[in-house]
Amino acid sequence: MNRIDATFEGLRREGKSALIPFLTIGDPDPATSAELIAACARAGADMIELGVPYSDPLADGPVIQRASERALANRVTLEDVVRTAAEARGLGADIPYILFSYYNPILQYGFDRFIGLLNEHGISGIIVPDLPMEEDGELRARTEEAGIHLIPLVAPTSRERISRIVARARGFVYCVSSLGVTGMRSAFHASIDAFLADVAEASPVPICVGFGISNREQVLGFRGKTDGVIVGSAIVRKIEEVLPLLRDPATRAEGVRRVEDFIRSLRV
Amino acid sequence: MNRMPDEHGRFGRFGGRYVPETLMNALFELEEAYLKFSRDPDFQAELDELLRQYSGRPTPLYFAARLTERLGGAKIYLKREDLNHTGAHKINNALGQGLLAKRMGKTKVIAETGAGQHGVASATVAALLGLECKVFMGEEDMKRQELNVFRMRLLGAEVVPVTSGTRTLKDACNETLRYWVSHVEDTYYILGSATGPHPYPMMVRDFQRVIGVEAREQMLRAEGRLPDVIVAAVGGGSNAIGMFHPFLEDREVKLVGVEAGGRGLDTDEHAATLTKGRRGVFQGSFSYVLQDEYGQVLPAHSISAGLDYPGIGPEHAWLKETGRAEYVPITDAEAVEAVQVLAATEGIIPALESAHAVAHALKLAPTLPKDAIVVVNLSGRGDKDVESIMAYLEGDGR
Repeated sequence: MNRIDATFEGLRREGKSALIPFLTIGDPDPATSAELIAACARAGADMIELGVPYSDPLADGPVIQRASERALANRVTLEDVVRTAAEARGLGADIPYILFSYYNPILQYGFDRFIGLLNEHGISGIIVPDLPMEEDGELRARTEEAGIHLIPLVAPTSRERISRIVARARGFVYCVSSLGVTGMRSAFHASIDAFLADVAEASPVPICVGFGISNREQVLGFRGKTDGVIVGSAIVRKIEEVLPLLRDPATRAEGVRRVEDFIRSLRV
Repeated sequence: MNRMPDEHGRFGRFGGRYVPETLMNALFELEEAYLKFSRDPDFQAELDELLRQYSGRPTPLYFAARLTERLGGAKIYLKREDLNHTGAHKINNALGQGLLAKRMGKTKVIAETGAGQHGVASATVAALLGLECKVFMGEEDMKRQELNVFRMRLLGAEVVPVTSGTRTLKDACNETLRYWVSHVEDTYYILGSATGPHPYPMMVRDFQRVIGVEAREQMLRAEGRLPDVIVAAVGGGSNAIGMFHPFLEDREVKLVGVEAGGRGLDTDEHAATLTKGRRGVFQGSFSYVLQDEYGQVLPAHSISAGLDYPGIGPEHAWLKETGRAEYVPITDAEAVEAVQVLAATEGIIPALESAHAVAHALKLAPTLPKDAIVVVNLSGRGDKDVESIMAYLEGDGR
């Protein structure tokens, strides 16, 4: 059984919903990212999204763009991201891993090598923000064959597409909370509740909501409406805030602890 | 060949729609609206009227006698897109998409721009049609093209500086897409090149086809036959595809796209996407891309802000792969020299983009017999570039 499915089953039995942090791996460097992944697990994250830095992240707002730029300054590659996550296992991160990558790095790496890499390092799912269902045929076939979940996104503008998207969904459905790119925001799409209810109704797999969720109140607000929340920019912003601490070996542990505390505050 | 793209927006294997899910319905609505209005005689009549009365079409196909004489080979004709209102071919597409936006009931339009020509064309059309307009432009390009920034503001558009990434056209495109994702419910994106997700490459080509359609008729009238070679500059590829497309079935007509060779193909500073790039997905479509082995998109370089782009429209990728068109590089230095030659022999100062096409013709014409005919698409005028050219010639050019 895919670890993502097992995790959702466990959560359902306990009546809990999933907390899924997103980190841009390689920001500020792979070794620190490995520690941050372990910190996420300690803080109570149920799964983690591993962001592959990309030169043209058109679904991302400024916070994740900057994180990507910092990681790319270290020439961090898709392969480095997966290896970093594997190293974090040794630091105690025993939660399902979901790779978040734009399509071109996957395409250039090659499907065979890509699937091999994910299998070798225990990656349970992938999210590809610029690969709508019309274009995902080949990758979908390859991931299904390998038992890796290709997690689809649905947006408030998806409307009649929702039923077709969720019918093929594996792992969970990633509901985009609002129109726009990733980033912290105070308001979600006006019809967010109706949208989430529509997706939940149609989906054979759990649904999670993300984009712009940045604090405990917002996480609480989605309770009962979804099976989990994804928090990205707010955590990446926190990492940015403590960068000076993370960059100095003497204070790195303190920086990691602050990020961990923030993630723990999102656990409801 | 003229039925491309297919229903998936593919030119052979190139094209498609690689965008966030949030935009997918907007792209389908756009395609539906475009297919409906492009068959609507009222829409076509309104567009034709604007192209004639407002933009001054048809643009002349001008026989460059002095240039021909100087080169001593093939006869050179210039398709004078520089004589369009706003000074470049970009207005053809901006008028088409502006009218489409209006028919779709949108009141706000956005556009990306590199050299500023598409931004100016979009701002112009927005003023003409009473639409609110925002133009995204890289900070670096705003410096290179100050005059166009001011023109857009005069026309009532808001110019949004793009400070992310390379601060040039590539990142202006990213930022426009990001803005569109956030405002897709009431905003129309006037994409300026034959790039991006389907239906843009098809739609932009169709609105630019008027160039080739006119040139074909004009050539038959002037010479009683089709040209031997057609030369056009390619950045994203809109002027070239508009010029090439009506000639695709005329196998005897050789089609040559000219890419920006920047400081030379042996350096990393060029924008020769088809010559030096590899296949990949970039800004909404599968095409050729300048990228590293990990799929990270590389910054492009060209003295011409309009060609300074690491991607290329998917139909050009397909024309290259099928061998129907050929793509060659021209360096910054060759382009600047071509500006000087054309200015001094014909009294025409071409845009730096168009100067790349002229430069290739300067090389090609002397190798061809005197009864051969070369048509150069002079896509824009060079007023906007005189400062860059001056700086280049004084030795501190970028």
